[in-house]
Amino acid sequence: MNNKVLMKGNEALAEAAIQAGCRYFFGYPITPQTELAAYMAKKMPKVNGVYLQAESEIAAANMVLGAAGTGVRAMTSSSSPGISLKSEAISYMAGCDIPALIVNVQRGGPGLGGIQPSQADYWQATKATGHGDFQILVFAPATVQEMVDLVGLAFDKGDEYRMPAMILADGMLGQMMEPVIIPEHTAQHLVEKTWACCGHQNKRKHNVLNSLFLTPSELERLIIERYKRYDIIKEKEQRWEEYRLDDADIVLVAYGASARVSHTAVDIAREKGYKAGLLRPVTLWPYPVKAFSTLKETAKAFISVEMSMGQMVDDVRLAVECRKPVHFVGRTGGKIPTPMEVADKIVEVGGMD
Amino acid sequence: MFDLRLLKRITIVCGHYGCGKTNFSLNLAIDMAKRNLKVTIVDLDVINPYFRSSDYENLLKTYDIHIIMPRYAGTNLDTPALSAEIESVFEQEDTHIIFDVGGDDAGAFALGRYADKLNKTGCSFIYLVNQYRNLIQTPQSAIEVLHEIMTACHLQPSYIVNNSHLQYETTPDDIKNALEYGDDIARQLKLPLLCTTAPYHLKDNPQLADYDLYYIKPIVRPPFGI
Repeated sequence: MNNKVLMKGNEALAEAAIQAGCRYFFGYPITPQTELAAYMAKKMPKVNGVYLQAESEIAAANMVLGAAGTGVRAMTSSSSPGISLKSEAISYMAGCDIPALIVNVQRGGPGLGGIQPSQADYWQATKATGHGDFQILVFAPATVQEMVDLVGLAFDKGDEYRMPAMILADGMLGQMMEPVIIPEHTAQHLVEKTWACCGHQNKRKHNVLNSLFLTPSELERLIIERYKRYDIIKEKEQRWEEYRLDDADIVLVAYGASARVSHTAVDIAREKGYKAGLLRPVTLWPYPVKAFSTLKETAKAFISVEMSMGQMVDDVRLAVECRKPVHFVGRTGGKIPTPMEVADKIVEVGGMD
Repeated sequence: MFDLRLLKRITIVCGHYGCGKTNFSLNLAIDMAKRNLKVTIVDLDVINPYFRSSDYENLLKTYDIHIIMPRYAGTNLDTPALSAEIESVFEQEDTHIIFDVGGDDAGAFALGRYADKLNKTGCSFIYLVNQYRNLIQTPQSAIEVLHEIMTACHLQPSYIVNNSHLQYETTPDDIKNALEYGDDIARQLKLPLLCTTAPYHLKDNPQLADYDLYYIKPIVRPPFGI
């Protein structure tokens, strides 16, 4: 008997979180993410978990802050405008060193934007999820199966480094269906959370989780300590996938749904005789700079393919240390580039030598 | 393939969301059109923002298939507004109508709006099932979803369609292993099994030569391919 099932990306994210030991979901509905919350509403009561639809995104994210502060695995999910509302609480989580999972099934912005898929929250996810000096872990799945796999990893790494982690998906990945295998009980590295505020029972000193510090020197010391942790993460946690890069002259750089389009575009360009390949970042923070170490010498040009106005282009430029030209092709506002549009760009860039 | 004449003038396609209703409806409409039948699809899906029959308007046009879309389909308005044009299908006696209904009871509520007229006119109500779809993997769970749908739409099912598949990964064994699932549901509900489907890539597969299957093309899919 085949243990594969067909699931929507949003449902797969939810089921994977339950399998990773998450029993606390706080959310607020928004298209194109709603199936995730709906799935949690159905499933959580059956596994003695909590599904709570808050009165707003702001409340939901603060409930995650509180729940995760007791040491349990907690999460919230939303789509772009909702994540903006949650960004305050995410900053507080980072300031308290509280791990939690935040899922963003991106749609078009700014403002209410639209309900069609987008990748225009790249800057928000990787540079400024909220105010203050901090980073969060950002994972970018490209298949429904990878959505499942990265949920478990995001919980594990968040716990390991005591920081919020984000799954940065998009409406297309959230809404599309693919066969998946859901591994059971993936909670592997359940680290002991000695910092959690879960009742000291007079057996230990009480814990405090707080992001307010009375002296600037203490706040500075903590932030510097946190950034030393970020350095370790940048060294150890970069993840990416390569496709037909061995002899590639033109390297597409794309994540999520854009990477799926780019994958086809590489094949089309190869058929036409262009040596194209795809570098797919799986972690967006830390950005997989190491993946470019050889490519920045061997490739002739890079093309960032995105469903935004090119928010990742600067990160590619930094990764190739501006040694090679970095081009951009993409659509925005809820549109997805077609494989032909991307292949045409490869031909255009390839014809430039 | 099954005999299309089994179906009344109005066919309704219901099921758990994600079990393949839209893809089945589009294939059925195209196969009817290929047999020179005049066909109209009613996109009654008011809950799904993506992957709906209205997205395939251009393809349907090439077969002269008319589609009645929700007023705001394909826009950023998440508004469940149905077209008044739907009322006209009950009068068009020369046209075959396929209602592509939204998933689960939530989607079937919109169908309930037309229950009186459908009961009066008569219709073939297809309940589509897929053993490989999460949450309806057992006959019992599939039957529970059907009862929720019936409560929401006030209509009685006429046929079961076994649409068990794993998209492009479906193997001949996957089809064979799901036959009992479809039979069991039909038996328990005392309904005829209209047909068992298989993805088109399995057509002419020798392992399935002995089975009477309705091969359907993967029309509904993400825009990643050529």
